[in-house]
Amino acid sequence: MKSLVAVLTVLAAIIAFWYAACVPMNIKGVLDQAERAGIEVTPATAKERRDRGEIGLVVNNTFAIGETWVQERPRLPAPHQVAVELWETTVEKKITSKRSLIYHGQVTLSATLLGFAIGTGLGILLAVGIVHSRVMDMSVMPWAIVSQTIPIIALAPMIIVVLYSIGVQGIIPKAVISAYLSFFPVIVGMVKGLRAPDAMQLDLLKTYNANTNQGFWKLRLPSSMPYLFASLKIGIAASLVGAIVGELPTGAVAGLGARLLAGSYYGQTVQIWSALFAAAILAAALVALLGLIEKLVLSRMGVRA
Amino acid sequence: MNMEPTTQAIRPEAAASAPVPANCVIEARNLDLTFQTNDGPVHALKDVSLEINKGDFVSFIGPSGCGKTTFLRCIAALETPTGGSLSVNGMTPDEARRNRAYGYVFQAAGLYPWRTISKNIKLPLEIMGYSKAEQEKRVNQVLELVELSGFGGKFPWQLSGGMQQRASIARALAFDADILLMDEPFGALDEIVRDHLNEQLLKLWARTNKTIGFVTHSIPEAVYLSTKIVVMSPRPGRIHDVIDSTLPKERPLDIRDSPEFIEIAHRVREGLRAGHGDD
Repeated sequence: MKSLVAVLTVLAAIIAFWYAACVPMNIKGVLDQAERAGIEVTPATAKERRDRGEIGLVVNNTFAIGETWVQERPRLPAPHQVAVELWETTVEKKITSKRSLIYHGQVTLSATLLGFAIGTGLGILLAVGIVHSRVMDMSVMPWAIVSQTIPIIALAPMIIVVLYSIGVQGIIPKAVISAYLSFFPVIVGMVKGLRAPDAMQLDLLKTYNANTNQGFWKLRLPSSMPYLFASLKIGIAASLVGAIVGELPTGAVAGLGARLLAGSYYGQTVQIWSALFAAAILAAALVALLGLIEKLVLSRMGVRA
Repeated sequence: MNMEPTTQAIRPEAAASAPVPANCVIEARNLDLTFQTNDGPVHALKDVSLEINKGDFVSFIGPSGCGKTTFLRCIAALETPTGGSLSVNGMTPDEARRNRAYGYVFQAAGLYPWRTISKNIKLPLEIMGYSKAEQEKRVNQVLELVELSGFGGKFPWQLSGGMQQRASIARALAFDADILLMDEPFGALDEIVRDHLNEQLLKLWARTNKTIGFVTHSIPEAVYLSTKIVVMSPRPGRIHDVIDSTLPKERPLDIRDSPEFIEIAHRVREGLRAGHGDD
């Protein structure tokens, strides 16, 4: 109960800050509109207002504060505007509609999940190789690290162009970008996890004359589970980012990335923000789902609740 | 405690020169082990000769760095000696390891937290390819042996430290190894639990007739448990004294107040002090 109050307090503070931020962010737009509508504002012309500080404008035109929260194309939309847009484009729109965020969300989600599956599989395989082979440890790990130093926004168009030129398009290029981002946390976490057993545990297996295979399945893999899940949670969020980034350079017509792009083309900030929130909610749901699976798996593995 | 040790009751063993008896299970001759470290070579074992017979309970006692654990690990083929010879069941230690000649109990129980006690005991059995029915049978047998029947379904964290260590002993007993090597198995437990486990271990030894190698820091523990006490000293790790215990095989806990017990303990203490003389 106490923590619920604390959580709600933080949430309220964030929303209050957001509303407060809308006022100076949108004041110029509001005043321009008011001026065109013949309402007296200080200073009177847009030219004079251009170099004025936003806070000063707010102080001189307090009548306009309410207007900053209901603009049609605000610089910063107010929370309720985003909430209404989210509601309208999810609950009230048919899923087949091009304006439905559910529709765009599932386009992005399918690429995310495919990419996540590829990335996770690749990450685990590489980690197994790295743990068992010194050559792989020295040859793969540096490249894995280097791969993550390249900004994905620079790399994504090239991946799409290269794949397109060999006839691959649609969901695959997006999934490849997702996989590219999500394999890294998995490889790092799994290498750490597979190496988690201490010398004593490895000695114990040696006294049983266990082979490498048995050591892997009976000791290394179970030991790595907590590490794997921590990595998967980072990986799935990275996958979603990858899928969205993959939708940007192609001017894709569907997906949350396409929504973001279209919103920015037409100055539809409310649309951009609601797409952003949809992505955030989707990521949160995916991470929460993984958290649930983690709990189930680990409790079956006897971890104290 | 100022008793003079009576050498008739306790006779030192001249290990190197004695002929090898037929029932000798572990035999070390002039064993050397030098670790190469950044600070130069470390003589972990120097000229160690020892025979352990079938059914012996041998304790290794000595200060840190005397090589008692290292010697046990050599027997288990977890370390490779750099000189001398060592045979286990008439084989090299590594052959003996591959033949699963011994069960090893570490200082920490080292149970897998994701396996129940039963499943932990099954671990070596699974690896060694026992049938499911046989696994089940053996688990029940050894659980009963260490008085943990009814705890098979529990996870390790649900058990006390002493119970966990008993489970790890059960795990080492589950397969047919005649030798049980124990590296300070009760070192992390409190005195009362330790007494109890020592008593249990003696009973278990009597029932199974295994050959036991036991590393310890505790003089009473070594004297109470052993038929043979090997006193070691450090830098370089070597055997300072080998004491054959004259205590009867049947040992109630209060045997520790008997003059015979105190006598042996005294000789062990003297040995430890002499071996430590240089520092």
